[in-house]
Amino acid sequence: MADVVMPQMGESITEGTLTKWLKRAGDHVERDEPLFEISTDKVDSEIPSPAAGVLSEILVQEGQVVAVNTVVARIGEAGAAPAEAPKAEPAPAPAPEPAPAAAVIVEAAPAPAPAAVVEAELGPVSPLVRRMARENDVDLSLVPGTGPGGRITKADMEAYIASKSAPAVPPALPPASAPAASAAPVARVEPIRTRVEPMSIMRAKIAEHMTMSKRTSAHVTTVHRVDMSKIARLRSKVKDDFQQRYGFPLTFLPFITRAAVEAIRQFPIFNSSVEGTNILYHNDVNIGIAVALDNGLIVPVIRGADEKNIVGLQRSIVDLAARARSKQLRPDDVQGGTFSITNFGSFGSLFATPVINQPQVAILGVGAVEKAPVIIDDAIAIRHMAYLALTFDHRLIDGATADQFCLKVKAVLENWSDQIL
Amino acid sequence: MRELEVRDLGRMDYGAAWAYQKDLSERRKRGEIRDQILFVEHPHVLTLGRNGRLENLLATREHLSERGIDLVEIDRGGDITYHGPGQLVGYPIIDLREWKKDVVAYVRGLEEVVIRTLRSFGIESGRDPSATGVWVEGAKICAIGVHISRWVTTHGFALNWKTDLNYFNYIVPCGLTRPVTSMWKLGANVERPAVLNVLLDAFAEVFDYKTARLTAPAGKLAG
Repeated sequence: MADVVMPQMGESITEGTLTKWLKRAGDHVERDEPLFEISTDKVDSEIPSPAAGVLSEILVQEGQVVAVNTVVARIGEAGAAPAEAPKAEPAPAPAPEPAPAAAVIVEAAPAPAPAAVVEAELGPVSPLVRRMARENDVDLSLVPGTGPGGRITKADMEAYIASKSAPAVPPALPPASAPAASAAPVARVEPIRTRVEPMSIMRAKIAEHMTMSKRTSAHVTTVHRVDMSKIARLRSKVKDDFQQRYGFPLTFLPFITRAAVEAIRQFPIFNSSVEGTNILYHNDVNIGIAVALDNGLIVPVIRGADEKNIVGLQRSIVDLAARARSKQLRPDDVQGGTFSITNFGSFGSLFATPVINQPQVAILGVGAVEKAPVIIDDAIAIRHMAYLALTFDHRLIDGATADQFCLKVKAVLENWSDQIL
Repeated sequence: MRELEVRDLGRMDYGAAWAYQKDLSERRKRGEIRDQILFVEHPHVLTLGRNGRLENLLATREHLSERGIDLVEIDRGGDITYHGPGQLVGYPIIDLREWKKDVVAYVRGLEEVVIRTLRSFGIESGRDPSATGVWVEGAKICAIGVHISRWVTTHGFALNWKTDLNYFNYIVPCGLTRPVTSMWKLGANVERPAVLNVLLDAFAEVFDYKTARLTAPAGKLAG
């Protein structure tokens, strides 16, 4: 057990207000993980946990003012019984006592060995499961765990207790003659070998953003097939000159961006956001371009995309992608997008159903541009084809409008003039 | 002597600046970067701290949004605060273990920086034992609010140099029914770069940095 005390946040500070618990009793905490917040004289401080384990007791409630070094909580070893279950305690829980002024954290004697042994075999067991085991006299090593890493969950305990107490079902003993190996009915489930790794900040943000988007918008995806042959021809014609002149390659993406901008001009609803029951139409057309990073993704924004030609768009895309990968983006570069494009085709995907980048209302996914047989005037021809997938927010946009938007994108791309770069 | 990296982010909205602060603070905690101070000017925004009481907001949300004023709820203590154009907002992201492990000393230090800055522009200001911030004859000229995680600071101070004080009429600043003032109102008609430079020198003096100058381009570490 480790005592958690109100820390000394400065020479002259004798007390502080505990403003917020970041964990609840029974939660597992890592050493150094933020545990609670205190406030002293307009300063809020986040206090990390002094030890890893289970937050077994909270002694000071939010809003209470306490003196420095007051014990505010106790942390037990992972899996140790919560302090409110005195049965498990070899001695009565000691009353909260002020810790010595010098020491911020007082380490108490380690938990009894048996708990640690069980721990090693079973992995972490929640206090609730442990209490259920004690109250029902269950040997935890016999309970098959179905939780993450083979952990025993409350449901596993209930199932096991029910099976033990049901009189009709005989205790699952193998028939005497059966070979022992094939017979163990309560098969000991080997814990799944699991490695625990905290999410990176970026991962956590992406996770939050994606689920928030799915909760917020009514996602619908429509897919159109586009003949990219004209663009492909133009591109192969000017490719080398372009690279030489500007110092970066010409891809399909600026053409698609341009086509999306044209479609947005015709259907401004795709460049809007929802606020309550209002629709906010944005005058600026700022196109976010999803960039895959080693361990995540980011959507930097081409500002004023409607004011750029193909060269300008390609330059912005190359610049943003390069700076995204070298972590040189300014905060400004990732703010204020009004529509997004994601180019999963560059990884070979034909089409996908992208998630809307909130608070936008649509995202255009670009599939791989590949040669394919197509029927033209009842003859089979070989063309550069691509699928464009538009995910739109059905709260605001209906299917017919979305398809008109896609047809506009398609028309721009299929009728591209050779002269325009 | 320690070194301080200074970034002037110019006009940036509150949310973006906060995200940037958080990112830098994580990097500071991991020891990847040295101490930082960010300067920023926010578009009109009212921030509502965790103990913020909406009764201290004197306008409806609709009224605010009509006037282009954002209302942002934030994860720090303190009540309701106004930020806007004409305010020099400073966010030091520094590891206090390398200065003094004392949060009160830190806040007193921030007050000292602002008091010295104002003095070089001919304004005598002081503290109020009952309320954090910097005051001139009973009127608040600089608000202070600080968050600390593992001794690394975020948030900071907001000095009214040319703020349109009418915007404070929407709120009772920090729950106190006391007037606000600005450098311009007190006759010090100086521009932002001048204030920023003087304040930086004072900051370096009070917190023991080698001279702190705008060195790093804004956002070099963002992303």
